[in-house]
Amino acid sequence: MSVQDVRDVVKRPGLVQVLHDTKYVFWREMLLPLRDPFSLIFSLLQPLVFLGLFGPLLGSTVGAPAFGGQSTLQWFLPGVVVMIALFGTSMTGSNLQYELMTGSYERILASPLSRSSLMIGRALKEWAPLVVQGLLISLVCIPFGFVFYPLHVLFGLVILGIFGIGLGALSYALALVSQNKEWIFWGVQQTLLFPLMILSGIMLPIEAGPDWMKTASWFNPLTYLVNAERELFAGNIGGHTLLGLLAASVTAAVGLVVGVRAINRNIS
Amino acid sequence: MIHTRKLTKNFTVKKETIEAVKGVDIDVAPGELVAFLGPNGAGKSTTLRMLTTLLRPTSGTATVAGVDVSADPAGVRARIGYIGQGNGGGHSFRVIDEMMMQGRFYGMNTTDAAARAQELLQSLDLTDLAKRTVIKLSGGQRRRMDVALGLMHSPRLLFLDEPSTGMDPQNRANLWEHIMRMRAEHGTTIVLTTHYMDEADSMSERVIVIDHGRIIADDTAARLKANLAGDLLAVEVATESAPSVRGLLGRAAAGGEVQENTHDGVVSFRLRLPEGARLAPALLKEMNDAGAPAQSLELKPPTLDDVFLELTGRNLREGADR
Repeated sequence: MSVQDVRDVVKRPGLVQVLHDTKYVFWREMLLPLRDPFSLIFSLLQPLVFLGLFGPLLGSTVGAPAFGGQSTLQWFLPGVVVMIALFGTSMTGSNLQYELMTGSYERILASPLSRSSLMIGRALKEWAPLVVQGLLISLVCIPFGFVFYPLHVLFGLVILGIFGIGLGALSYALALVSQNKEWIFWGVQQTLLFPLMILSGIMLPIEAGPDWMKTASWFNPLTYLVNAERELFAGNIGGHTLLGLLAASVTAAVGLVVGVRAINRNIS
Repeated sequence: MIHTRKLTKNFTVKKETIEAVKGVDIDVAPGELVAFLGPNGAGKSTTLRMLTTLLRPTSGTATVAGVDVSADPAGVRARIGYIGQGNGGGHSFRVIDEMMMQGRFYGMNTTDAAARAQELLQSLDLTDLAKRTVIKLSGGQRRRMDVALGLMHSPRLLFLDEPSTGMDPQNRANLWEHIMRMRAEHGTTIVLTTHYMDEADSMSERVIVIDHGRIIADDTAARLKANLAGDLLAVEVATESAPSVRGLLGRAAAGGEVQENTHDGVVSFRLRLPEGARLAPALLKEMNDAGAPAQSLELKPPTLDDVFLELTGRNLREGADR
């Protein structure tokens, strides 16, 4: 009658279990954009608009010397990619808020899925469109003088994925902490996002700013990430890339520790 | 299958400690079907959430399916199924997608998950809604989907928190048919909370009555009723017969209260009588012999609500208030 007999779920050793579970959490989340492709199309247009409208202004106001001899596009494009990653993965918690209210979060919490996979899977879903977006805007920019180094760009996207896991987990924790007070989530997310962005030199070179801004940028993990992406998009791998990878890994580790704590605190 | 000792949960709300569950000892053997019955706020759901690792106990121990809930919560989750009070299906997802993913979460392969999903969709009357987005379902349809999600992986121990709330009688019957079939086929152990006394009464073999965070009774529904409540007997006689009947009923009630009401030349008596169905014929004969025949007689078997009233002095449905 029944297709399977009663049995316990097989548990695998630590990391294997996390990877296995992450696959299914990610897959479930991906069903949302895949079943509603319009959202994907709009998300592809957004960076193009930004690049097309902000890029020319940047070139004429700041001037070429600030970009270290590169073309404006070569300098600005990796910044846009980091920005999309930032906006996307910091939204991880906002999609969770809805499920916290209805009860599907609770259903999944009672399942054998490992805690960190719940966060990693969701964060990677916010990161996934970035792979398509990043490659697409790179291709579109080639006729305008952008030099495309595909392998470097792919590596850059992987580093952003690692960073995104950390930021996504923090966003997840924020959603849990602000449960039943949704406005707190948005307040904190917006309040933190913009200073972090500006102080990393994503949109305008931080070198053009006063000394205190430069000092502040040293304490911003995003700075190292943006520098790494600029180095990679310019076709080089060096010290900046390494520091960026380190900053991303630290963010991921901190994010996951904070996230798992938030989940456990939520049930006490 | 379940053993708890002094299981306790305190919540701190605005610096005030609320004792939601006050040291309960519960033992459930494999294959049992147990209902936690009690008013809203009694601590049923809190107990269930501790057993399913969704809440950490403040103190005490609980072993579920052989695993300690505090030491290895993940191990417990791998051995149980849970249907909560809320909507298990994500509102933005399609019904069939959620069911398939649920199967994958519990380690089923695609073929098994698809077959099981079809089986459940059909018997819970959801086949036509498989591709519908959850938010477009009615309340009853969503509740059926919650049940389908919980049954996907055929757990050997299933927890249900207020499973039939919001379901119409037809689907409530379908739900129970499913639960009973799972039990018959797999020997599934089932623990549920309910505030529907008729459900606890007719479906469960064992009822644990919980009130104010404590277990106040634990037995089969039949024994609880027989021992604690007794049948309700209502007799009407003519006014002139009242004095002799009063004496007869007083003796039969053996110290219990006999209510009396007079209107339009008729006196009606009401009393609780253990084993009333067995005693009533003899009582009627005695009344006839005394020249005080009954004009009407009503005998009602007790309900679990009567049991609760007897235990707490409060009605189950209005019992939420302290």
